[in-house]
Amino acid sequence: MSSGARPRVSVVLFPGSNCDHDAVHAVETAIGADARLVWHDGTDLGRPDLVVLPGGFSYGDYLRCGALARFSPVMDSVRDFAENGGPVLGICNGFQVLCEAGLLPGALLANSGQRFLCQDVFVRVETIRTPFTADLTKGDVLRLPIAHGDGNWRAEEATWDDVVAHDQVVFRYCDPAGERVPSANPNGSHDDVAGVCNRARNVVGLMPHPERASEEILGNADGARLFRSFAAGLLVGRSA
Amino acid sequence: MKVQVTVVPKSGVLDPQGKAIAGALTRLGFPGVGDVRAGKVFRVEVEANDAAEAKALAEQMAVKLLCNPVIEEFEAEVLG
Repeated sequence: MSSGARPRVSVVLFPGSNCDHDAVHAVETAIGADARLVWHDGTDLGRPDLVVLPGGFSYGDYLRCGALARFSPVMDSVRDFAENGGPVLGICNGFQVLCEAGLLPGALLANSGQRFLCQDVFVRVETIRTPFTADLTKGDVLRLPIAHGDGNWRAEEATWDDVVAHDQVVFRYCDPAGERVPSANPNGSHDDVAGVCNRARNVVGLMPHPERASEEILGNADGARLFRSFAAGLLVGRSA
Repeated sequence: MKVQVTVVPKSGVLDPQGKAIAGALTRLGFPGVGDVRAGKVFRVEVEANDAAEAKALAEQMAVKLLCNPVIEEFEAEVLG
């Protein structure tokens, strides 16, 4: 991005996505982005600085959450973009799609309590080595909303060892003070994981919805900090 | 030919649905109900010359789409 230009953000729209306009609005208001929706059936991402896979219920959550969206034509372009170091943020269903596509480690199971959860949670920043947390501080606590039935992240043992060894846990559920306590984990996810990144650190997925908490007028702008962190990185030419 | 792929949560993977069903079966009085795995069954019509080819196709379908090996395991069989 040239200095002073607006960050270009492409939000992928799958059939069944429902947080796509929220994501567009959030990046427009939080970082003045030039944001556009990209329909899943094409392959042209439009030379973005950031790709967002939004929340929702792509393909009706048929088969497994995210399992069918992963075969949408646009995902080939998302994969190329990610493999060339392009920043990708998967929110909720977008996180599930990225896991199914193998762009992020692990998988998301049904919540341990068997219920769809719609509530605020607290998450702790576990690493600042991603484009979305680089301007935050490790240990920062964010209040963010969740709305999911399948947020119970887990990985096979060898994968988990890798994730830990490479500092790929980005967010963990915690209490308001930043302490990890069992009652703070809403869905039973392994080791309180709320979000992870890939080995190259440019692809991040999380279950909470930063785009729903990005304006003071909504009562909570914690989510905007992720987008601002990304935008600040662009200005200084920071890579993942 | 018709093939069947059965996909269930891997053992060791929490299966809240299976757990709830196990509880219900126990409450109904079925003795000694242990672990229950709730999964999915896919019956697929395929074109194949013989049962071995049909089974191989079913296995490929499971690996590529029907089963997520991180959390699930599958069995493929030929129904005829």
